[in-house]
Amino acid sequence: MDALADSPAPEPANPPAASVPAPPRFVSEYPSYQVSRRGFLSWLAVGWGAFAASGAAAGGAFNRFLMPNLPLYNPPMVLKVGWPDAFEKDKVDERQKPNGFWLRRGFDKATGRTGIYALSTTCTHLGCTPNYLSAEQKFKCPCHGSGFYETGINFEGPAPRPLERYRITLADDGQVMVDKGRKFQQEKGEWMDSEAFLAI
Amino acid sequence: MAKTPLDEIRSSQVWRSIFRHGYPDTERNRTLAALSNIFLHLHPVRVRKSGLGVRYTWCMGGLTFFLFLVETITGILLMFYYRPTGDAAYNDIAALRDHVPLGVMRELHRWGAHAMVVSVWLHMFRVFLTGSYKPPREFNWCVGVILLVLTLLLSFTGYLLPWDQLAIWAITVGSNMARATPFLGHEGPGASALSVHGLPLIHSSDDARFGLLAGPLVGEGALLRFYVLHCILIPFVASILMAVHFWRVRKDGGISGPM
Repeated sequence: MDALADSPAPEPANPPAASVPAPPRFVSEYPSYQVSRRGFLSWLAVGWGAFAASGAAAGGAFNRFLMPNLPLYNPPMVLKVGWPDAFEKDKVDERQKPNGFWLRRGFDKATGRTGIYALSTTCTHLGCTPNYLSAEQKFKCPCHGSGFYETGINFEGPAPRPLERYRITLADDGQVMVDKGRKFQQEKGEWMDSEAFLAI
Repeated sequence: MAKTPLDEIRSSQVWRSIFRHGYPDTERNRTLAALSNIFLHLHPVRVRKSGLGVRYTWCMGGLTFFLFLVETITGILLMFYYRPTGDAAYNDIAALRDHVPLGVMRELHRWGAHAMVVSVWLHMFRVFLTGSYKPPREFNWCVGVILLVLTLLLSFTGYLLPWDQLAIWAITVGSNMARATPFLGHEGPGASALSVHGLPLIHSSDDARFGLLAGPLVGEGALLRFYVLHCILIPFVASILMAVHFWRVRKDGGISGPM
């Protein structure tokens, strides 16, 4: 009997015409699109979370993609340049200039030793490539006029320190081998290192 | 109510110089949010209910555009490694596999291209089935046909770039079709009509195929030419036509549905 008492009042037999709901005009008014606030917010969080996560993953992937596992397109750093007797005594050899170094065989005034050394073609001022002037027996940079002796010691112009020397050794087959990955600087006293000079 | 930091930001001159509408909780502000945003303004302010039904549109146009964006992003990344020269091209592709982390970017680009060709055909098929090419949308159908051709040309020009045997001979065969271009191909209909005193004006060394390949054979000239077509020219034209295509969807009565 209580259940009956709780049941809603019976509807009027003839409801007024005004109570018939108008057909939905917008998508948002369709019943199937009615979403609770909690449901909407949680789906919003899931959606933006997934979007942010995939965006971060893609950004990380792009950054990683741009860092190759080894330097691509770079010329070799270690070169065999020929047998020691291929170099004329007391003369600067310009054949390896395109590869970034001069070679000179003979007595080296800077270290007091006799042999071969490899001199970098990069000016120590701002990185231009000097020219070898055989008549004046010096390297002269065309950019700002820095001058270097055949040893690589700077003596004129703005260059603050001597040209660098590269590691030079004999390969297994007896050829002279230059490694541009290891450089020796005079002002640090490195020119006396055993591999900065090939005694012959 | 107290002013929150968010309110401070929203009322700042910087914010108001970028966003020229209030919070989109009214019809007017929702409309302004779409109309005053360069990225949203191509999109209609309102969408039909039928336009939201995936079973009706298959979302194939949207997927095609999405794949175009994927191809653009992965393509830009690939351009950091790829050099379109005879000596370098093949090795650069191999280096992507051997020396570059996530070199799978190249596979993404290739599979995305295949998927884009499929999705653009399915988009056309859907538009045909739903009769969405009918007036007033007949112009947009024609723009779409050009975009379809551009998609196929993007696929064709990209096919040469790996510079392996498959690429070179596929483009040799494919570009042989240009020999049969009316009047401008030296084996095409009407080519023999272009002659002076019996001497032909169109030869294998100056016909349409020659212009496409920058030579009589698929060589380095063709590689550079296809590279520029693939990375710059065709995407440029396609982007402009896509803007027209999307804009006309709206101007021609909204996404496909009963008029």
